Amino acid sequence: MRYIEPHGHMVSRTTDDYEAMILAGCQAVCEPAFWAGFDRSGPEGFYDYFCQLTDYEPKRAAKFGLPHFTWLCINPKESEDTQLAKEVIAIIPQFLSRPNVLGIGEIGLNKNTRNELHILEQHLDLAASHDQLILVHTPHLEDKHKGTKLILDAIKADSRIQPNRVVIDHVEEHTIQMVLDSGFWAGITLYPESKTTPPRAVDMYEVYGAEQVWLNSACDWGRSDPLAVPKTAVEMRRRGHSPETIDKLIFQNPQRFLSQNPRFRLQ
Amino acid sequence: MTQQALLDLYFIDARSKLIDIAAFLDRIDRGEGPPDFRLKSFQKALEELQSTQPNRAQSVLMSLSDPTVEPIAKAPSKGAVGAYPSTENPLS
Repeated sequence: MRYIEPHGHMVSRTTDDYEAMILAGCQAVCEPAFWAGFDRSGPEGFYDYFCQLTDYEPKRAAKFGLPHFTWLCINPKESEDTQLAKEVIAIIPQFLSRPNVLGIGEIGLNKNTRNELHILEQHLDLAASHDQLILVHTPHLEDKHKGTKLILDAIKADSRIQPNRVVIDHVEEHTIQMVLDSGFWAGITLYPESKTTPPRAVDMYEVYGAEQVWLNSACDWGRSDPLAVPKTAVEMRRRGHSPETIDKLIFQNPQRFLSQNPRFRLQ
Repeated sequence: MTQQALLDLYFIDARSKLIDIAAFLDRIDRGEGPPDFRLKSFQKALEELQSTQPNRAQSVLMSLSDPTVEPIAKAPSKGAVGAYPSTENPLS
């Protein structure tokens, strides 16, 4: 088995996790910028974080032979402070030329506020003006359906952005259809409690198809499983899906989307 | 896959989760004090399981979702609780 982990917050994980992922067949890991679990006190904290994502973490992954890529942004959980968010967005362009940067993400909404939406639009402008791929976080639980609709409307309002260069992550049964119908890629996130379980992910694959869909663990400092993608591959096998079908969903699909950025090259 | 094969694969797991839900509701009943809106939302979502349409997961998710469409003025918190209070009576 081979797979790509297109969404993993590896700064929160141990070296044991890197080793387990390699043993399971991971060929590359992609790490979006996210909320640290606490609010950073200023833009300097984000500068250091972006250095970690573009310098230290790829070196740590390389010790296990795992290519590491990243996405940059200020997470929507910290977008309520629009002044801070704008200061952080202003320092992102200096990192966009770093060799492991794939685009802008994970941007989006958290509680669907006006300030979050304003900062999402600022991020979209940043991505469009620098011709970057976009990775979008959709809100949690009761906020997901409304937030996904607001996000899709905001992206569609910017005519510079091509839908096939945007992945809308954390889709569930009530949001995946609207994402795919709009021409975006859909990310299915596998979590033990919230988001999606492996059986539900396979259900969505069987109902909605896999042309523009990827799976990810979004493993972070909370309850999450860095091996959720290969475990879902096992679930697919239990249902009789062929190795070729599984390979398309967990390796070829993320490779196809991510390769739109020429920096995404596997060893 | 056949329905029989799917039952063979998933029945015990689903049975376990069903009993977990029953035990959860029993546990709430044994608790003290009034519950907040999440219990009523949960019970309403359970009604979606009686549907004969093959979109029950979607219906349950929608039942637990914020039905409004406009962005809000300010975030009440960073987290989500998994259900949305009735717009008619936020306490129910």
